[in-house]
Amino acid sequence: MERIAIVGVGQTKYERKKKEDTFADLVFEATSQALRDAQMTIKGIDNVVTVSNDFWDGRTISSMAVMDACGAYEKNVSTVEGDGTFGVLYGMLRILSGSFGTTLVVAHSKGSESDPSLITNGMFDPLYQRALGLDAITSSALQAKAYMQKYGISEEQCALVSVKNHKNAKNNPYAQLPMDISVQDVLVSRLLADPIKLLDASPISDGACAVILANEKRAKKIAQKPVWIKGIGHCAEGYFLGDRDLAEIPSLIAAAKKAYGMAGITNPSKEIDVAEIYDAFSYMELLWSEGLGFAGRGEGGKLIDSRQTQINGKLPINPSGGVLSAHAVLVAGLARVAEGALQLRGDAGARQVGGAKTALAHGINGPCGQSHCVIVLGKS
Amino acid sequence: MKKWAEDVEELVHSGRIKVPYTWSVGEVGSRFFIELRNNQKIYGKRCPACKKVLVPARKLCGQCFQQTDEWVEVGQQGVVQTFTVVRYSSAVQPLKPPFGYGIIKLDGADTGMTHLLWGTDPTKWQVGMRVQAVFKDKRAGNIMDIAYFRPLMA
Repeated sequence: MERIAIVGVGQTKYERKKKEDTFADLVFEATSQALRDAQMTIKGIDNVVTVSNDFWDGRTISSMAVMDACGAYEKNVSTVEGDGTFGVLYGMLRILSGSFGTTLVVAHSKGSESDPSLITNGMFDPLYQRALGLDAITSSALQAKAYMQKYGISEEQCALVSVKNHKNAKNNPYAQLPMDISVQDVLVSRLLADPIKLLDASPISDGACAVILANEKRAKKIAQKPVWIKGIGHCAEGYFLGDRDLAEIPSLIAAAKKAYGMAGITNPSKEIDVAEIYDAFSYMELLWSEGLGFAGRGEGGKLIDSRQTQINGKLPINPSGGVLSAHAVLVAGLARVAEGALQLRGDAGARQVGGAKTALAHGINGPCGQSHCVIVLGKS
Repeated sequence: MKKWAEDVEELVHSGRIKVPYTWSVGEVGSRFFIELRNNQKIYGKRCPACKKVLVPARKLCGQCFQQTDEWVEVGQQGVVQTFTVVRYSSAVQPLKPPFGYGIIKLDGADTGMTHLLWGTDPTKWQVGMRVQAVFKDKRAGNIMDIAYFRPLMA
């Protein structure tokens, strides 16, 4: 198979409310940064994949509204309505189809402009689940409880994820919530829906992220150091919450297996040097770590206790501060890919993990991680 | 870098999207809701391949990619597989916090049904507790014909 590289990345700073910028402004900023990072002009972009959601934007065909801002004028543009990692998948497939040499993938979201509870309630079917008033927080609380109860994960262990990631965010100029907090601060923060407390939850964020993909031939002509997509896997499971055992993660395990198989990875906790995973809530980093094979089933709590996932540990997870420190919905998965690429290039600044050769980026879609996308990145 | 907002007032435009829908409930959903409304009965449908009784009743078993066939009445009591007690308010919530959500495996069902928990002291709730469906007096043929599930406390 032809090799696909990431040749440029760009992010806006993530903030609670970017009142100065329309979402098209954010797309323009992230796209311009990615082009600068790649040392390319928009002329070098063969096609564009935008990542957006009509409910969050408050208009239909939200991709068309950012066409100018992402330089898609007179280009082939298509959209992923889902997490940005799936945008990378689609952008990569468009190159592999042979039709294009490069793809710009750009995601935007302004959580500040509407009501996240109302918007995320909209992901539930209108007949059986939506009238109950479920949203992202309450549905995730059902999963957190199921996981923690079944595997004996403690609230303190979840809190440790929040402490670690907010501390990591202090080294990331793009992060929204750099904080020095203690486990106790998390435990006594306002209860939202037990076991999830305010500091177990990611914030409402505005921001955009762009990633430029290229095939090998084009990557050779681009000045920026390429980072290669070594493996990619994605998988979905049932839609109705009650059809799933929310403590179990078959779709993540399957997605990881595909990505690792493609990348030739047999021992992920040894072979992955740094991981950026979708911790919309603190428990998710532990649960997803298990699905990604960084810990055995039920051992996500032990993993965080071991301190191995700290920035100076054996397997740093979310050195950027993760989604807990900035959660522009849909953008957050693409930001994980951008962060992974920066780590492998050695361009991650104060959040750089020493000697990283293989990185993992992970995104989710749907309630309680209904679908997962796992991307393995390599330096060579 | 000087921000333009120092010179120009940052305006926001307030709007509201209000669009009516009439979602078709379909044959299976209609029968399920009619049973709730007319008879205060909860039904599932069995998948002919995996034999699981899916509740609430659905036309398809997604896992087997098979149409369900046999209608099966399930119990009005069940076991809570997971739950949460909600402490914040949102305009979409049908009850005032604190109230609960639970995934409930009704007696005779093979899947969980997500619904509201209400009516007893939430600090006493446990995974594995039994709950009882409480129907509304005035029923309209929708999921809220079950007002909530009431935990049966020991």
